Amino acid sequence: MTPLLSVHGITKSYGGHVGCADVAFDLYPGEVMGIVGESGSGKSTLLNCMAGHLTPDAGRVVFDTRMDGPRDTVTMSEPERRMLSRTDWAFVHQHARDGLRMGVSAGGNVGERLMAVGARHYGEIRNKATDWLERVEVDPARVDDRPTTFSGGMQQRLQIARNLVTGPRLVFMDEPTGGLDVSVQARLLDLLRGLVRDMGLSAIIVTHDLAVVRLLADRLMVMKSGHVVEAGLTDQVLDDPQHAYTQLLVSSVLQV
Amino acid sequence: MNAYNFAYLDEQTKRMIRRAILKGLAIPGYQVPFASREMPMPYGWGTGGVQVSAAVLTPQDTLKVIDQGADDTTNAVSIRTFFERTAGVETTTQTKSATVIQTRHRIPEDPLTEGQILVYQVPIPEPLRFLEPRESETRKMHSLEEYGLMHVKLYEDISRHGHIATSYAYPVKVEGRYVMDPSPIPKFDNPKLGDMAAIQLFGAGREQRIYALPPYTQVISLDFEDHPFEASKADHPCGLCGAKDSYLDEVIIDDAGGRMFVCSDTNYCTARQAAGHKGKDAA
Repeated sequence: MTPLLSVHGITKSYGGHVGCADVAFDLYPGEVMGIVGESGSGKSTLLNCMAGHLTPDAGRVVFDTRMDGPRDTVTMSEPERRMLSRTDWAFVHQHARDGLRMGVSAGGNVGERLMAVGARHYGEIRNKATDWLERVEVDPARVDDRPTTFSGGMQQRLQIARNLVTGPRLVFMDEPTGGLDVSVQARLLDLLRGLVRDMGLSAIIVTHDLAVVRLLADRLMVMKSGHVVEAGLTDQVLDDPQHAYTQLLVSSVLQV
Repeated sequence: MNAYNFAYLDEQTKRMIRRAILKGLAIPGYQVPFASREMPMPYGWGTGGVQVSAAVLTPQDTLKVIDQGADDTTNAVSIRTFFERTAGVETTTQTKSATVIQTRHRIPEDPLTEGQILVYQVPIPEPLRFLEPRESETRKMHSLEEYGLMHVKLYEDISRHGHIATSYAYPVKVEGRYVMDPSPIPKFDNPKLGDMAAIQLFGAGREQRIYALPPYTQVISLDFEDHPFEASKADHPCGLCGAKDSYLDEVIIDDAGGRMFVCSDTNYCTARQAAGHKGKDAA
C-alpha cells in the first residue's frame, strides 16, 4: 500500500536554533498519528512544515494526490499546494479564532471551502452547512449566528465542520482540545474519534495531552528539542516507555 | 492659465499614469499600482479619477463631470471648474457631446459610444478588502484566481436578508479572470459595464491603483445559481420626466413623509423634459 503521507528528513531551523531536525515517518490511509512533546519541542514547526505553512530547510513531504499519485508538496507549485490545502487537506488550529472567520456566520464559515472549490448553488451550500453543523453537534438553528456568539467548544466544533465539509483525506490538528475544559474536551474527542472512523480520515494530531493521543492515535511520536526520541504504537509507547524523556512525560500525568 | 502645465499634472507624471492605464487596458480588471500624486482636493473627492482624467485629456477634448449622475453637485462642479482653469478644455453637461466623462458612482443613462472615455472615481479598489484585510493575501488570491471568498460575502447577504442585498459596488468578474470592484455604482448600472463601446478607466488616488476595461469587454456580475443577479432600481417612474428605465434618486420633499423619485442622471432627465416628457410631480 502507498503511504498517504511520507515524510523524509524534514529539517527546519530558525537561525541557529533548531525547530525540528531530520524527522521521517510514513502515514497510511485511515491512520491517526499523534505527535507529543513539551512546549518548544518542535511539534508545531513540524506540523506547519507538513501542512505547507512553513517551508522546511531540507526534506520532502510526499503526499499521495488523487490525480497524479505521490507528489512532493514542498517543491510543488504554490497554486497546487493551496488547492490541496482546501480540498484534500484540513487544518484544525488550536485557537478556533485562527481557523474561523469571526465576522462571517457559521453557515458561511462552513460553506467557504465549498465555494472555494466552485459550489455556486446557495440552497445546496446551506443544506450542506446545516447538515455539518448537526454532525458536529451544533444546533442547526444557529447557522446564521456568528462564531463570536459561540462558546469555545462550539467554535472548535464549528472549525472542525468547516474543515471536513469538502471531505479531506488528511487532517492536521494542532492541539485541537487546548484551552477547553475537560468535559467539553471529552465530547470533542468523542466527536473527533467518530468522524475519523466514519470518514476513514488520516490525521496527524499535535498535542501535549497524553489522554488525547491515547484516545485518538494509532501511532505515536515523542519529540524533544526538535528530534524524535521515540515512536511506536500508542499503547506500546505509553505503557512501556523506553526513552528517559517519554518515561518522564508518562509519569508526569496527574492521576485523579 | 499659464501658471499651470496643461491639466495641472507635469508631463512626467502624466506619462507615468498613462503607462499604468495602458497596462490596465492590457490586463482588464487587474489593479495596476501607480505613484498617485497629492491633488489639490481631499482624498475621497476623486483624486484618483482626476489624475486619470488629467492623463487622458487633450486640448481638443470636451469634458463632462458627474457626481451620482448629476452635473450640478459640489464634487462635479469643482472638478469641472478645476479642469476649465488648469486645462482650458471645453466642458459640457451633455453625455453625447462629451469625449471624456469623469464620474462618481454612476454610468450615464445614454449609451456611450466608441471614442468616449469614462473615468470612475474609486474609493476602495480591492473587492476582497472587507473579507481579507491583508493586501499581501488579496494579491495572492487575485494571482491564483481564488475567489471563493467573494461568494462568502454574497452568501452572508442571502442568509441575512433572504436575497443578495449588496446594491452598490457589486463585484464583477472580467473576461472570466479578475474579480473587480466596479466602484460604488448602483448594481442597476452593472449590466452596462460589459460590452460597452467606450473605454472605462478606474482611478483610486488614496489606494494608488488604476484599473481598466477596454471596449467590448465581457463583464459578469457574480451570483448564485438559485439567486441570480438582478439589476434593481426603485419601482417608480421619474417624477419629473416620467422615465421608467432610468436609475432614480429618492428625494424627501417635506417633513411629513412626502417624497419623490427623480432620475439621478440630470442630463438625461432635462433632455427628456425638453422633449416634452412630463412626470407626475413636474411643475
